[in-house]
Amino acid sequence: MLSIQYFASIRETLDRNVEQLELPRNVTSVQMLIDHLLIANPHFEAVFKESSRSKGSKVLVAVNQTIVGRNHPLSENDEVAFFPPMTGG
Amino acid sequence: MISIQNEDFSLGDEYAAIRRRAGDAGAIVTFTGLVREVYGDGSTAGAVQSLTLEHYPGMTEKCLKDIQHKAEQRWPLLATRIIHRVGELTSCDQIVLVATASAHRHAAFESAQFIMDYLKSEAPFWKKQKSEQGSSWIKSRDTDKAALDRWQKP
Repeated sequence: MLSIQYFASIRETLDRNVEQLELPRNVTSVQMLIDHLLIANPHFEAVFKESSRSKGSKVLVAVNQTIVGRNHPLSENDEVAFFPPMTGG
Repeated sequence: MISIQNEDFSLGDEYAAIRRRAGDAGAIVTFTGLVREVYGDGSTAGAVQSLTLEHYPGMTEKCLKDIQHKAEQRWPLLATRIIHRVGELTSCDQIVLVATASAHRHAAFESAQFIMDYLKSEAPFWKKQKSEQGSSWIKSRDTDKAALDRWQKP
């Protein structure tokens, strides 16, 4: 099972912080997962559309707790997280 | 040494601890970040009533260890200390502590700034502010990214 976590504004937009997903066979990269989620849940559109609109609100992706690009491969049991740019310190 | 915690910290205690750990350090730099009264780009004017810090448990610790390791590779450090608070904070509360100890001041100054610059852009923390106008997530700033780029120039 793929574990997906959401943080900060994205967690609030989706009204969820974590979910488990059986990785569909045709989903092998981060971008494919995003495309899959967009179809599965209309709320994702707000998350990913917003990112293309305004600067500073883009969506970052981490796989197994490391930030990766959209072409990063995915495998069963990966820990994926979606979040906005960090604002700590 | 790295801590993510809800509790406040004592700068005096932390200074004494790193001083003990650092042996014959000739320089110790400490940086403390505090909750400001006003955040954001002006669109959310109004005094901040509280600030809530969220983080990604697991990845946060991993990121901070990695940043600490990068600093230790770049400067001859005798000890480092990072504390970052999470949860709900109010105006003027302490948020973050970075302390570095080295034989000489340049390494201590520069490494403390390096750790803070990386922490701001790479460690998974997010701030949400609450004011009389309501709550909003604080946006990341381009100047933070620029501060990071400075260290990455060859």
